[in-house]
Amino acid sequence: MFNYRKVAIFLGHKIVRLIILLVAVAIISFVLVDMSPVDPVRAYIGEMAVSGEHIAKLQEYWGVGQPMWEKALHWVWSMLHGDFGTSLIYRIPVIDVISERFTASLVLMFTSWVISGVLGFTLGTLAGMYRGSWIDKFVKGYCYVLLSAPTFWIALLLLMVFSVYLGWFPTGLGVPAGVLAENATFWDWLTRLILPATALSILCVAQIAMFTRDKLNNIMSSDFILFAKARSEKGWGLIKRHGIRNILIPAITLQFLSFSEIFGGAVLVEQVFSYPGIGQAAVAAGLRSDVPLLLGIVLFSTIFVFCGNTIADIIYKFVDPRIRESESNE
Amino acid sequence: MIESENMKNKNMKSENLESRNITVTEKSEESKELLSVSNISISFLQYTKGLRKNLLKVISDLTLSVSSGEIVAILGSSGSGKSLLAHAILGILPNNADLTGEMTFEGKELDQKFKEKLRGKEIALIPQSVNFLDPLMKVADQVIGETVDEEDKKAKKAHQREVFEKYGLDEKVDDLYPFQLSGGMARRVLVSTALLQNPKLVIADEPTPGLDDVAIQETLNNIKQMAAEDRGVLLITHDINAALKVADKIAIFYSGYVIEIANVEDFTDDGENLIHPYTRALYKALPQNGFNLYKGHQPFHGELPEGCVYSDRCDQNTDSCMKINPDLREIEGKKVRCHRGHRKYSR
Repeated sequence: MFNYRKVAIFLGHKIVRLIILLVAVAIISFVLVDMSPVDPVRAYIGEMAVSGEHIAKLQEYWGVGQPMWEKALHWVWSMLHGDFGTSLIYRIPVIDVISERFTASLVLMFTSWVISGVLGFTLGTLAGMYRGSWIDKFVKGYCYVLLSAPTFWIALLLLMVFSVYLGWFPTGLGVPAGVLAENATFWDWLTRLILPATALSILCVAQIAMFTRDKLNNIMSSDFILFAKARSEKGWGLIKRHGIRNILIPAITLQFLSFSEIFGGAVLVEQVFSYPGIGQAAVAAGLRSDVPLLLGIVLFSTIFVFCGNTIADIIYKFVDPRIRESESNE
Repeated sequence: MIESENMKNKNMKSENLESRNITVTEKSEESKELLSVSNISISFLQYTKGLRKNLLKVISDLTLSVSSGEIVAILGSSGSGKSLLAHAILGILPNNADLTGEMTFEGKELDQKFKEKLRGKEIALIPQSVNFLDPLMKVADQVIGETVDEEDKKAKKAHQREVFEKYGLDEKVDDLYPFQLSGGMARRVLVSTALLQNPKLVIADEPTPGLDDVAIQETLNNIKQMAAEDRGVLLITHDINAALKVADKIAIFYSGYVIEIANVEDFTDDGENLIHPYTRALYKALPQNGFNLYKGHQPFHGELPEGCVYSDRCDQNTDSCMKINPDLREIEGKKVRCHRGHRKYSR
């Protein structure tokens, strides 16, 4: 089925592009952090009273006054040795912070990604199938409201209703306060995942549902559906055999392309729910000029989003028989 | 001895059967009216400037019948809405279309429910182009249609192979996607879909455009063959040569109206047996009949004149032509929509 050589060449090109992208992203992040007006030492000590000697020590630790290129060179040098440096705020190797935080975030993002994909596709298909009915109107209304509502606001609403008023879920954090992460039960962890995952998926549902609905409407008014009807196909069988077959590839492609949005949403949602994920760490690193951590996070999230896009590209190029054929004819 | 007698018996039996068959088909060819369409109009609600609604009539007052073993062609210019008639018969008009008039199939009133029951079984459509096939489904899978279980699938698959074989489509074609088919192959696939269900009526919607002469001839032969198998065929086309080659009757479609239903024999010599001036003009415009060009064009939908739709181009129009739109009337065994028809006029 697959033309493996084609895929290999395609992936080779992609990897070259990824490397160029990573270099560009690193340079931009470096410049932006350097231009940032935030004084890392001030941000670190906050309102504490600290002696001048102390401040000088801290300034040395944070690398204040060191020229950018020197920092950059140093960072690149250790990067090439596989060392991402040490996080200035957490005081542990950046790679450890990232692996811990990214795992937590991946669970959150993956859960919402799957939920939103399945739910969005189902809702969109229903709306497209019963075009103009109350289901369609409901789904459309739901999607418009959500598309125009900011993520953090939805997250806050959920938090207020389900955690504060109803008390069904804890208000936040990855594990109960006062409990070590290793000692937290699966249940503890799950109850703290539900609300953030819901908030995140609610938003991503809207996009995929609207897309699926629109696509299905288009397909259902196409000539081949007309002919299928003329050959006595109808109802759910018709939708399944011809409708869903034709919207599945674009829908899955879109869902993979939404990696960047889900990541962006995760940053906000993690902030609201104090969920110890990569988004929260990114905000902290940015606000407090933790350059090594920030760069590490930026690089890893770039790779993450890039993977999503690449998978979407592969599906688009190598699964659809029409495009597969024209590619191999080149 | 015994053997030869047996053979004889067999022969006699088969002869008997054959002769019976022939009489049966002859009988049905004579009488059985399959589809009758009377006074069909199809219109669309259209929004013109702003929110002003406008009822756009695409097919007006169309009357027509198809019998078994007969090929009736509807001849009209491209984009004039002829296909909508096919869609109306199959009950697959878009939701915003408004259909009035009566249709019967084998004498029974053809309502939406009955259409849904018949389509794909008794009435089959041969669509215009390969775009009418699902681009993401292999050809064989989609013409087979939905199957209940493995056994059903096997039976249908075997039947499909048989029909494909008949049209010279080998097994490789089964696994092709529509975009991989060549023009001629696609046409054969589309034609073969019609015969998978053994329909009584076949509606062929523009089966010839974009094909080379050989493929056109092949398609027309297939259509002829269908009529020879005692099926009724409604051929919707803008190709007058194709219509003249195969059809028994030709209905001329002009600005949404059928203006004449002529027998194919009438299109001979000088066209003196054609009654409507447009039909005659059309016939004389053919290269082999003088290549005469007539000024003007068909009025667009929604811009129809008050009287006869052909009045602005007709060379012999009268006052009543400008005011009253004539009905389709039976004249000399043919149906014509012209005021002059009831008067004898100089030929």
